[in-house]
Amino acid sequence: MNRSTAVQSGGSLARRAVAASSAVRRMDGVLLVAVAALTVIGTMLVWSSTRTWAPGATGLVKKHILNVSIGIALTSAAVMVNHRSLRIYSPLVYGVSLVGLVLVITPLGATVNGAHSWIMLGGGFAFQPSEFAKLGLVLMLAMLLAKPSRGTDRPRGLDVALSLGVAGFTMGLVMLQPDLGTTMVLGVITAGAIVIGGVRKRWVLGLGTLVVCGGAAVWLLDVLEPYQIARFTAFLNPASDPRGVGYNSTQSLIAIGSGGLFGKGLFEGGQTTGRFVPEQHTDFIFTVAGEEFGFLGSVTVVVLIGVILLRGVRIARQCDDRFGTLVAGVIVCWLAFQAFVNIGMTIGIMPITGLPLPFVSYGGTATFANMIAIGLLQAIHIREQPF
Amino acid sequence: MIRTRGRLVVLQILVISLLALLAVRLWQVQVVRGAEYVAAATETRTRDVVVPAVRGQILDSAGRPLVRNRTRLVVSVDRTSLNRMEGNGRVVLQKLATVLNRRPVDLRMRIRACGPGVTRPCWPGSPYQPIPIDDDVTTREALQILERQEEFPGVTAEVQAVREYPGSTAGAQALGYLQPITQEELEKRDGFKAVFSGVDLVGRDGLEAVYDRQLRGVPGLRRVQVDRLGKVIGVERQVQPTPGDTLITSIDARVQAVTEKALAEAMKAAPTADGAAGVVLDVRTGRVVALASAPTYNPAVWTGGISEPDYQRLLSGKAGMPLVSRAIKGEFAPGSTFKVSSVSAMLRDGYPLHGRYDCPGSFMVGSRPFNNFHGIGMGTIDLHTALVKSCDTIFYKAAYEQWLRDGGLRPRGKTKEPMATMARAFGFGRPTGIDLPGESAGRIPDREWKKQLWAETKTENCRRARSGYPEVARSSPGRAAFLKQLAYENCVEGYQWRPGDAANFSIGQGDVLVTPLQLAAAYAALVGDGKLRSPRLGWALVRPDGTMVKEIKAPVVGRLPISPVERAYIKGALSEVASDGTAAGAFAGFPMDKVKVGGKTGTAEVYGKTDTSWFASFAPTDRPRFVVVVMVSQGGMGGQTAAPAVRKIYEGIYGLAPEAKGKPVRAALPNHRPAVDLPMIKRDGTVAR
Repeated sequence: MNRSTAVQSGGSLARRAVAASSAVRRMDGVLLVAVAALTVIGTMLVWSSTRTWAPGATGLVKKHILNVSIGIALTSAAVMVNHRSLRIYSPLVYGVSLVGLVLVITPLGATVNGAHSWIMLGGGFAFQPSEFAKLGLVLMLAMLLAKPSRGTDRPRGLDVALSLGVAGFTMGLVMLQPDLGTTMVLGVITAGAIVIGGVRKRWVLGLGTLVVCGGAAVWLLDVLEPYQIARFTAFLNPASDPRGVGYNSTQSLIAIGSGGLFGKGLFEGGQTTGRFVPEQHTDFIFTVAGEEFGFLGSVTVVVLIGVILLRGVRIARQCDDRFGTLVAGVIVCWLAFQAFVNIGMTIGIMPITGLPLPFVSYGGTATFANMIAIGLLQAIHIREQPF
Repeated sequence: MIRTRGRLVVLQILVISLLALLAVRLWQVQVVRGAEYVAAATETRTRDVVVPAVRGQILDSAGRPLVRNRTRLVVSVDRTSLNRMEGNGRVVLQKLATVLNRRPVDLRMRIRACGPGVTRPCWPGSPYQPIPIDDDVTTREALQILERQEEFPGVTAEVQAVREYPGSTAGAQALGYLQPITQEELEKRDGFKAVFSGVDLVGRDGLEAVYDRQLRGVPGLRRVQVDRLGKVIGVERQVQPTPGDTLITSIDARVQAVTEKALAEAMKAAPTADGAAGVVLDVRTGRVVALASAPTYNPAVWTGGISEPDYQRLLSGKAGMPLVSRAIKGEFAPGSTFKVSSVSAMLRDGYPLHGRYDCPGSFMVGSRPFNNFHGIGMGTIDLHTALVKSCDTIFYKAAYEQWLRDGGLRPRGKTKEPMATMARAFGFGRPTGIDLPGESAGRIPDREWKKQLWAETKTENCRRARSGYPEVARSSPGRAAFLKQLAYENCVEGYQWRPGDAANFSIGQGDVLVTPLQLAAAYAALVGDGKLRSPRLGWALVRPDGTMVKEIKAPVVGRLPISPVERAYIKGALSEVASDGTAAGAFAGFPMDKVKVGGKTGTAEVYGKTDTSWFASFAPTDRPRFVVVVMVSQGGMGGQTAAPAVRKIYEGIYGLAPEAKGKPVRAALPNHRPAVDLPMIKRDGTVAR
């Protein structure tokens, strides 16, 4: 087991640089390339989907490149972090993300597309605290569940209960916005943490039953907004209301399906140019890939995501440290769920929820959170890889 | 940690299977069903905008326009896109109403679909087509709409051609009118749909309907690319429209005007008259020179959507149903004008052409006396005089004799029925086949017809024969008794062709019905070459640049089964009618030395109404060029109402009217004959004079 001490000790600048360069050398190259490739593809797709907004419009793609650049900087910073010390700061990170969630509920928050989940920063920049809440929750749950109870590799009952409490509280705050998609991601993060954390099978099953019953209760007690239910069920039969809730689903399928095997070529997609798919640069970015790059292009995107996820699983498995394993595993759960639901909704096998496609969709905060997550994976990889 | 690792393996498998699921589904959507979505994409991404072809003009035989086009700025509303908006586009209509200076409620009324309980203003066309709201907006109004298209989604302003009628009412029923195509018609035009659009109008009546396909041309198509909001972002494909052909008719606008004026004056002169029709035929070709019906209307009321009061007026009986062309749809007893057929039947049946016939004041048909007009006897006369002075009893006698020969009330084997047979040979009892829709057949009653009628009505008649007419008896017991007796007779012996039926038939009374056009066509055959022609209004179809597409000829559909000598004899007799016969009064002072007019008057009795007035004529008598028939419903005697109208038409054609205000009246046809050559249309579409 290699232990890098250079960063920990915070020595001279030169030693830091040496450590950094060695860290870069020891990063997971496959993961790095896959993320870079996906980001480049994403940038092209954002450009394609926004270039017709106005003649010669490049504003959004420029902003996207800026976001990606900031994201890369954040990744680099995350790579530098030793996850062991991060474990100590996890409650702090979580706490900061909670503050963001609370601020959204105050008058500082702003509503975009029906979800009150934004904080406007001025100058055209906005911040979405719920994206960071994902990261905060990952770290918080990993910290709580990484502590094994004496003599076993299972977390303590108290910690599990605490984890559920923390998760429930976070999800509750996000539900207030309301943001169904993010709440579901948080739920998956929690479930992933519980399962990977090694909680007893019958507890897992019991909790699963509880979630199902809870879901039924939410359904029956009209907690959800009608539009959310409509959106949720529309994917089952988009033709039922092609002008209403089924519109997104129908148009998204048309765009992707018309791409065929080889696609129409970048900037050549008529459905994209005509802006038939709503929210195409964010939640429905995959439709641009489907239409302009065809089956080969869209499968490439799926494969790249698969590479990232499987490298994540590999990092989790190789890590000796329970906290590192949990963080890496849960990040995989998070990104996998988000990618599957996002692509699934564009091809009509999942309900429509406002979730962006990691590394591809336009969106600052989401890009930052995803990049930091990758940074954390790399950090764990650097420090835990066996020789 | 072992447990955790195991669960990570599960996670790995889960990730792989989920992504595999995505890949499989992508294969299904993009490759397996790709073509289907490509089609759907084309459909959502492109809009086919139909560029209507300019509808062809309708010209008269001298190239004068009867119907032409005028361009107007038309504002249309697409109801489909309005319905997609909040409040069904109420806000847009409100703004549109302000711009057009109309009440919003008026606009809303106009875009409602017509249907049961929805009366005009409403939209009778396809609900998926733009609905013209205002077809004569100013350029300023149109610009207000076009420049702020985002404020008027679904509203367009474009230049369209609309119909214009230089002759106002001239030939209204013959020309017909246009109406938006209905959804059903659109759907019926299978395979034709791609080139046919609902923004086009369809000819609903008259020539516009018969020559609809040729006049319409082929609309152009512009396939435009649109974005989600329907904004046009490019043109994918463009096909220019082919303008419709011009229809040159044999109508002469001036003769038509003269005819309509004569009908209007005849109606005014006969206070009880409720309708009139006039037909002018070219004897040699069978072409129609004028076809008029009174009362009439100005077809311009249809342009741009007819208003409810106008529409009701067109349909109302009080206004005399001006939509209906009495010349081709009106069925009336022809009276004595029918005798040309009866006399031919007698000749064919062996009655001698130069024989002498007894014309008593009254003739006993079976047990019932049938009287001459006013009961006047004329002694023994020839057929010539019989026609000139219109003796009835000669025909009663012949009809009765023929009836007896056929077996009377108990016919044996095949009956000859010479009068009905001859009437059919003259073209009566079936439509002439003129190029106009909805022509009536008239009626030639015979033994067979009587049986059929009886079979259809006997149930009701026999019921009434038993039960009587208690509802009539309350107010007039005498009438009820008469009706009951009638019902009894019809029930018991209604199938019988009685001698009275035969006698009435011979003088164009009873159940005989003809249309003015049928009578004109029959007379044209009689005084012309003996060939019966199916009259035509259309003369030729030419492209807008003058290239001939098709010449239309009036086809010969029959031959009168009498010899040229017999025809000449009858023609000779009719030639005396206007100078010495029943129409002499009407033609008093007419310069017969310049143009000699022949003809036959008719005064047909209609139960409970004033007589139908007829005059069927031709001129000049030696080598006839024109047949002119005028019918005035409830107009009284033929010589008093119809004949003067015919005189006015000839005066107009030949320019014989007395000088008005010192100016000589110009002849409608300076050559004193119908047009012989088609008008020359130059390459630029103008007419060479």
